[in-house]
Amino acid sequence: MRNALLIARRDLSAYLNGYVGYVIFFLILLGEGLFFNFFALGNGAQYSHDVLQGFFELAFGFTIAAGIFLTMFSITTEFGQRTDVLLTTSPVRDHEIIAGKYIAAMSMITLLTVLSIYMPALIFVNGKVSLSHIGVGYVGVLCVGSVAVSIGIFGSSLFRSDAMWISALTSLLAGLIAAFLIFAFILLWWIAQKTDPPFAPILEYAALFDQQYQPFMEGRLRSTGLVFYGSLSFVFLTLATRMLSMRRWS
Amino acid sequence: MIEVINLTRYYGSFAALEGLSFSIDQGQIIGLLGLNGAGKSTTLKILAGLLTPSEGTVRFNGVDITENPDSVRAQIGFLPEDPPLYRDMTVVAFLKHIGQLKGMSAKQVKARLPEVIELAQLKGRENQVIGTLSHGYRKRVGIAQAVIHDPKLVILDEPISGLDPKQIVGMREVIRGLAKGRAVIVSSHILSEISQTADRILVINDGKLAAEGTEAELASKAGRGDQRVILTVKGDQAALNKFLEEKPGVLTVTPRPSKRAGFAAAIVDLKDDSVRDSLVHDVVRAGFVVWLLEAPEDELEEIFLGLTKEVA
Repeated sequence: MRNALLIARRDLSAYLNGYVGYVIFFLILLGEGLFFNFFALGNGAQYSHDVLQGFFELAFGFTIAAGIFLTMFSITTEFGQRTDVLLTTSPVRDHEIIAGKYIAAMSMITLLTVLSIYMPALIFVNGKVSLSHIGVGYVGVLCVGSVAVSIGIFGSSLFRSDAMWISALTSLLAGLIAAFLIFAFILLWWIAQKTDPPFAPILEYAALFDQQYQPFMEGRLRSTGLVFYGSLSFVFLTLATRMLSMRRWS
Repeated sequence: MIEVINLTRYYGSFAALEGLSFSIDQGQIIGLLGLNGAGKSTTLKILAGLLTPSEGTVRFNGVDITENPDSVRAQIGFLPEDPPLYRDMTVVAFLKHIGQLKGMSAKQVKARLPEVIELAQLKGRENQVIGTLSHGYRKRVGIAQAVIHDPKLVILDEPISGLDPKQIVGMREVIRGLAKGRAVIVSSHILSEISQTADRILVINDGKLAAEGTEAELASKAGRGDQRVILTVKGDQAALNKFLEEKPGVLTVTPRPSKRAGFAAAIVDLKDDSVRDSLVHDVVRAGFVVWLLEAPEDELEEIFLGLTKEVA
């Protein structure tokens, strides 16, 4: 755990000392704010509850995007700058490296989430929502962020290039693969609508959206959702660890 | 201290290393010499714990590095040819991070930092961002990260590549300083550099150990005799050749006409040190004015090419 925290601290300082983290924050908060203003708040009168639900629906997509952008460079850059040698020649296990990357990216997602809090707070100007609804909604946002970060790290672990310009390309490719995987997990929800039992409920359960996320949006905290998102994150972090181990000894 | 036994490494069906064996003692600087693709980098990567051998073992103070990699890694410092550095960090922040990754506590790193800064000659640059340092200073930061945890073995891959002459001199001092209390392995394609810093040279060719020893021992193995010198005198070339050919203990004489009028020169292979001891004395007694006695600059290159040719 100590090594994971050391790696997380280093990655966090890289996010915050460089411009990448700020650019991602700016773009995500700008996009989220605009969409919240145009779509969630809308023109006509709405129930506060519905506005908040709309916000968490938007946060779902924007958090996924942030998760992918933050992690697509995480491992490819280590290879590109050849700093992976610093980690692989130290008494650090592969799962500690992945855990460090995950903690750093999740810290950024959490910070981003905290910075978005002004949007639900705006609802209090003309309406009223419960704080527990906001809290539970944000738990859902962090759960989705965790999955996006895990899949992003997995995507980044798929490629290895010592050349800096190739590593920039592979980072983009890693981002695309992560986006495709997440899109596939969202698409399961749509496929479930077109499928008969016994597959429909299975696909619906495995989908990233609706059955698992809807309760969070509505302010209902359900353990099945926490277990689902936790398990999915664990699976992709484990796969990323395996990829790293394979590359270490190849 | 370090025993490399029958080390073999395959990349697919290609054998990058085949049955390489050698040992290194504490306090020694070992020079690893080989052409591109000879197996140097593979050897260094295995020693640094970056690669596992296909066959054979590496023992570090009796511990097999593949069986207990974490404990061995904590005792090894590695500087690849391109120093691995987080360029957005300051020198001190970077060294603190690496020290802690190597298993040191924050307190231990803090106590060790002044010594490492001095050893790597980084004084005055402690708080500079690494990305703004010159290539030579980045190499020094690379060395500092390799020794921050006071390892027993330091592996330096091409430590002087890309450095200017002044930086090379500084780097030699740094490398010599590293050998106090630890073993150092230096690989370089600049052969004269190896002879200046290493106590012992390992010549690797086609994944095999072609030769091992000091520069003089390698010269002897390459059939060069114990001594080769270039003698330049004021006088006639033919007379110098005749005198040298008749002198007992002189193995070969290769005339090397001087560019200056009235001077003669020859490359002379001597049987042993005693012949060298008397050479100048005898030449002067024969009536020549000795102008210069020097070792050929390309000596090591010739020895190296001879040894690698033999193995091939």
